[in-house]
Amino acid sequence: MAKELINKKDISRILSRIAHELIEKNKGTENLCLVGIHRGGVYLAKRIALKIKSIENVDIPVGSLDISLYRDDIGLRKEHPIVRKTDIPFDIADKKVVLVDDVLFTGRSIRAAMDALMDIGRPAQIQLAVLVDRGHRELPIRADYVGKNIPTSMTENIEVQLEEEGLSDSVVLVDRSLIVVNE
Amino acid sequence: MKDLVGIKEISREDIELILNTASSFRDILRRDIKKVPTLRGKTVVNLFFEPSTRTKTSFELAEKRLSTDVLNFSVPTSSVVKGESLFDTIKTIEAYGVDYIVIRHASSGATHFIANNVNASVINAGDGINEHPTQALLDAFTIIEKKERLEGLNVAIVGDIIHSRVAKSNIYCLTKAGAKVRLIAPPTLIPPYVPEGVDVFYSMEDGLRDVDVVMMLRIQMERQGKGFFPTTGEYFRLWGLTMERLKLAKNDAIVMHPGPMNRGIEIASDVADCGQSVVLEQVTNGIAVRMAVLYLLGGSRENG
Amino acid sequence: MDKRILVQGGHIIDPSQGIDGIGDILIEDGKIVKIVRQSDRATVNKEKDNSLKNYRTAALPHCCTIDAAGLYAMPGLVDLHTHLREPGFEHKETIKTGTGAAVRGGFTSVCCMPNTNPVNDNKTVTEFILRTTYAEGECFVYPIGAITKGQKGEELAEMGMMREAGCVAFTDDGRPVMNSLMMRRALEYSKIFNAPIISHCEDIHLSEGGLMNEGSLAAFLGLRGIPAAAEDVMVARDILLAELTGGRLHIAHVSTEGSVRLIREAKKRGINITAETCPHYFSVTEKAVEGYNTNAKVNPPLRTERDVEAVKEGLQDGTIDVIATDHAPHHRDEKLQEFDKAPFGISGLETALSLSLGLVEQGVLDMNRIVEKLTYNPSKILGISKGSLMAGSVADVAIVDPAKVFDIDAGRFLSKGRNTPFDGWRLKGRVVMTICRGKIYDWRMDE
Repeated sequence: MAKELINKKDISRILSRIAHELIEKNKGTENLCLVGIHRGGVYLAKRIALKIKSIENVDIPVGSLDISLYRDDIGLRKEHPIVRKTDIPFDIADKKVVLVDDVLFTGRSIRAAMDALMDIGRPAQIQLAVLVDRGHRELPIRADYVGKNIPTSMTENIEVQLEEEGLSDSVVLVDRSLIVVNE
Repeated sequence: MKDLVGIKEISREDIELILNTASSFRDILRRDIKKVPTLRGKTVVNLFFEPSTRTKTSFELAEKRLSTDVLNFSVPTSSVVKGESLFDTIKTIEAYGVDYIVIRHASSGATHFIANNVNASVINAGDGINEHPTQALLDAFTIIEKKERLEGLNVAIVGDIIHSRVAKSNIYCLTKAGAKVRLIAPPTLIPPYVPEGVDVFYSMEDGLRDVDVVMMLRIQMERQGKGFFPTTGEYFRLWGLTMERLKLAKNDAIVMHPGPMNRGIEIASDVADCGQSVVLEQVTNGIAVRMAVLYLLGGSRENG
Repeated sequence: MDKRILVQGGHIIDPSQGIDGIGDILIEDGKIVKIVRQSDRATVNKEKDNSLKNYRTAALPHCCTIDAAGLYAMPGLVDLHTHLREPGFEHKETIKTGTGAAVRGGFTSVCCMPNTNPVNDNKTVTEFILRTTYAEGECFVYPIGAITKGQKGEELAEMGMMREAGCVAFTDDGRPVMNSLMMRRALEYSKIFNAPIISHCEDIHLSEGGLMNEGSLAAFLGLRGIPAAAEDVMVARDILLAELTGGRLHIAHVSTEGSVRLIREAKKRGINITAETCPHYFSVTEKAVEGYNTNAKVNPPLRTERDVEAVKEGLQDGTIDVIATDHAPHHRDEKLQEFDKAPFGISGLETALSLSLGLVEQGVLDMNRIVEKLTYNPSKILGISKGSLMAGSVADVAIVDPAKVFDIDAGRFLSKGRNTPFDGWRLKGRVVMTICRGKIYDWRMDE
């Protein structure tokens, strides 16, 4: 059973708003860069960069980050997750890195992402932008820019479907107590 | 997949997965901080019954880069010399609570034996004249890095094939991936049975034509005395890879060697250092590939 | 050297071209220009080919005409198995004297064995032999390299480089390669050089201490014997190794009934082997040793009647492809010793052809087949372009008088080695002239 919570148009508006907030909070785009977390965060980061371009006419560097190697649950899994490409083709030293993810949940992915970033370089600041915050933090992690707060229960799941993956833009709530969802 | 005992036992898909994963690990090796915490808390034992500097170092580095705890078990200093059987040795090691065993042994099939008798993940670093799978994987990785594919490439393996586990693993790996393999060696160094689809040449001049990859094997000096060829001088004269012979291959052919090289015996010095030689890249890629293997094998079954 | 030579009216035998009949051989500048058969002469006369007509009328300068009526003219003989002893044993023979003896025997190409001192197990010795031949030799010399270093049977010799330097085959002759694994490697390794491995088949443990053929005569003379099995055992082994490896094997100096049988059967099975025998193995038996005649001491030893018959049958049915001399000259002093101290060997270059003609006399083989085994077959086995009178070939011709009766006189041999059991034998048929590279050696005036 799936229920659409945010439709395509709203997703676009949210991203525009986040873009504006980014520019405002950082007083411009200087030293700013975006790093999307695989997989959803990568597409969103690119979109935000485009929005920023249309607002400020500036190209912000965008990178992608794979966090599989920094997960804290590797020993608990049967098989290790597939490692994807980490592609950050610019120096992050002394930059303000804005991590972008689709859903903020326990906060462990963000913790892993920060550890990965630290091993790549020493940013001046790390900020966090997420499309959806669904609550249930297990670590003291918060997002600087939130698209939408959607409280959920533990049997529910938030799925962010994006055009880049061949689906149409949509944020969907799935009730796992009724359907088996593949991880 | 609990163990990596040989290329014979894994599929083309497995090979692709390992190589794709290795690609990410190779990027990590280019960073300043070449370490990831991925296998933190896991323990690896390097169990080398045959001497090895390069492979052992490569594995050790891979293990450390993944933040594992590394134990080195070297035969002359071990209880095996006191007469302990291989079975007891590995059971003792298992009792220490290790997650991975990397094993090199002089007996073909020793790795299978160990893998069947321990819960830990076992990785074959070379067993007798059977296989050396991580070498074949890093060779495949290196080829793909330069040629963007394996399928349809002409690969020539040159040298002491009959005694080489590197050759065997490479033959299996390359044929599984769709490359066209040929062997070049004096008749005394070609195995009596060659897999179907693999061509045999006794002359460099015939065998190197149109080749995309020249994979050289090390000539062991001991072979000279046993009648496989008369002298290293004659070997170099007839089968040494010189610049003239390399010109018979394609213009952009690459030259590979698992190391250590015998300059002036199987390979001319100027070829070893020329632009087409990817020998040093093989070394770097070896660490990335071994990291990928460790990562994908998932550690001890007990945790599954 | 005469620029133009016409060998006129001889009975030409050239198995390589299937020629067996009267004709003329035209030679110019050391090469064979043409063979004109008697049957073709009529057409020739009508031809506008003036050069031919001119030959016949000797109108051209520097033309030498040899009247070969009543004589055989055949390609210069090719000896697969000669010991020229140089470098190292020049007191027994030198390249100069050995090739001189060869030419007297009608041989224009000889293959010299590597058991010299130093052994020919590397290209330097090979090059020395070829250089010396070029400077002093009377005929062509094709060096045969050693299989193992020093012929010790332990490590392979540099066959590739020797082949490049000019060796046409490899052997440890004088000794066998006892270690079967080494023989296997040798057959495998040499495959790619297209050069046969010539095997001296002798199990040195079985033949240990032996001086003549093992049998009742040896017992009677109180001499230790070499059993036929010592040869047969190694022939069998080598045949099986040739089968296993696909290498090219040639069996040297076949002397026993057992060897002939094994080789015959192996050929039937399609195994790629060839074999040679020597004139002494079809002309004389162990009886020649009687009286402790060291000139009859040879390895393999002279055998029994049955073996002699078997060798003849082997020649007849093609089991044995080649007649070679195994020319093994020794210094007079060496053969002038107690039987067990004297070295093995028979000086054979100057008697081979005449002894072989004996087989024609006995009806064992016809002239054609004899000539084939002395010229064309050895050339084929070695892959050299000799043993043929084809147009364009080097002018190597042997001219034989089949009617000439003579007594073998070792004292007048051109070879330094006078050691032959055939001294004093009266034979019919002799080489009376040899042309080598267009140079004429004329012995028609010899007795």
